[in-house]
Amino acid sequence: MATLSAAGETHSATQRAFRLPPLAAAGTLVALAAVALLSATTGAAGLAFGDVLAALVDRLPLVDVDSSLSARQEGILFQIRLPRLVLGMFVGGSLALAGAAYQGVFRNPLADPYLLGVSAGAGFGAVLALGFGLDVGWGPFDALPAAAFLGALVAVTASAAIARGAWQSPATLLLGGIAMAAFFSAAQTYAIGQLSETRTREVLSWLFGQLSTSGWRQVLILGPYVGICGTILVLHRRHLDVLRVGDDEARSLGLNPGRSRLVVIASASLLTAAAVSVSGLIAFVGLVVPHIVRLLVSHSYRVIVPLSALGGAAFLALVDTGARTLTAPAELPVGVITAFVGAPFFALVLWRNARKVTA
Amino acid sequence: MSFGENEALRGVDLHLAAGEWLGLIGPNGAGKSTLLRAIAGLVAHEGTVSLAGGERPGGTDVALVPQIPILPEGMSVAEYVMLGRSPHLGWLATESRRDRSIVASVLERLELARFADRPVRQLSGGETQRVVLARALAQQAPVLLLDEPTSALDLGHRDAVLELIDKLRHDDGISVIAAMHDLGTAARFADRLALIDRGRIVADGPPRSVLAAGRLSDVYATPLSVHTVEGEIVVLPAPRSRQERRT
Repeated sequence: MATLSAAGETHSATQRAFRLPPLAAAGTLVALAAVALLSATTGAAGLAFGDVLAALVDRLPLVDVDSSLSARQEGILFQIRLPRLVLGMFVGGSLALAGAAYQGVFRNPLADPYLLGVSAGAGFGAVLALGFGLDVGWGPFDALPAAAFLGALVAVTASAAIARGAWQSPATLLLGGIAMAAFFSAAQTYAIGQLSETRTREVLSWLFGQLSTSGWRQVLILGPYVGICGTILVLHRRHLDVLRVGDDEARSLGLNPGRSRLVVIASASLLTAAAVSVSGLIAFVGLVVPHIVRLLVSHSYRVIVPLSALGGAAFLALVDTGARTLTAPAELPVGVITAFVGAPFFALVLWRNARKVTA
Repeated sequence: MSFGENEALRGVDLHLAAGEWLGLIGPNGAGKSTLLRAIAGLVAHEGTVSLAGGERPGGTDVALVPQIPILPEGMSVAEYVMLGRSPHLGWLATESRRDRSIVASVLERLELARFADRPVRQLSGGETQRVVLARALAQQAPVLLLDEPTSALDLGHRDAVLELIDKLRHDDGISVIAAMHDLGTAARFADRLALIDRGRIVADGPPRSVLAAGRLSDVYATPLSVHTVEGEIVVLPAPRSRQERRT
């Protein structure tokens, strides 16, 4: 009898191993949906909950529901609120996903998506575009996102080049990132010093992070990166778990750590650069959301990666709802509120789990 | 086999028969671990490591039990052993039902069923060693490489683990290459011993012929004597007068 129950235990434990816990996954999805509805119904135009829901359902194919929203209200919903909501979810999800990926490949809990100089590079690019009217926009891309995106990619590529693409030794890569971040921060500071006061204010407000949209354009710019890089990262989540035993053991388990690291870092950096280019520097999400998932749900990257993406999306959408309504008609920089809301929550989770957090 | 500028091993030529236990012995730094890592493909080397068919071994052919395994924070025993299935999976594949049932049966064989949900960091030394061994067995490789598998264990646990490995070897017909510190234990478990000194194999054969007092004294640079107690080989420091020890 004893052996029978032990066999059952082993069976269920192996069934659970690395699986997404259904309760946590469902909870995150419900939270995301709730935040979406809250965000869509909150704001100066005061759209009623039922009307918003009806208008949304009406847009589904083959469904015809009569919502009592006026044409102007529909315009607000579909051209102002929803694009901003979706952009917030995309940016939050991207940053948290990239943060989880970086923490995995660097085996470093302090890693965040800005680790390899993405933020400093993007910031420098943005300062050049905003302050000096550098017009590098092409097609649908505005000058600012294009310059920030290019700056971010230049910084990450330089970090990897300094480390001579040391995908086998994450520590060297990390130091290369620190060098590039310092270099581009200095360049950015110098450039800001050369600007007029109005220009400076514009640059600073971008650096604090903001989710202002003009229709669906930013969403369409970021969308392909979220789709492609997000899929690549989620597909590599098993690699991150194998890497947890160190490069040597991972290699003896048939993984090529250098190749996995290259693919994951390239995807995560591209995703971060794209997110930063449309939203500016939003701190905290990429560092903290993966930790909250780790502390509350599981240490396995097969759980952390997808749940961080969903959790980051919900978190930033919620915070942005606050950013645009709390001091209406003025708007708070969303990057400031992420830290304001996130830090105490993170502190609470840390404090409650202090004994468990050892590495 | 050699390793560039910092040569750790040279002119190593070893053959391993199927189902054989080969013990690697020698002083610290002789190259035992390096040889194991070369066989597992973890260090660059000249020369070849090949299977009977001539191909290079990979993770499905050799399973390495490292001397000091890294135990990730918050990983359960079942998850850790599941990592052993990794060499059998494609680039983007995840574990199937079959992988899960292999892991479950390995856990039961090594009497780890009760620990399946326990974090690997919360196990005793003997339990940890069984869990790491379980991961290697989940690799279902015909060759098991052990790097001083029992150096952290007391006498009782050491023998229990080695007897377990011996039993698994006979049950599954796998070959074992083990770097071992204790010469008497190595003689007891290995079919064959290879004595390594400064990167060279200085003796290779049945334990009784390799463990000669004169040769061991040379290699370990200290006088040793070899005895037989109740049929087992025992290696002891040779008696020396206090006078000799001072000089």
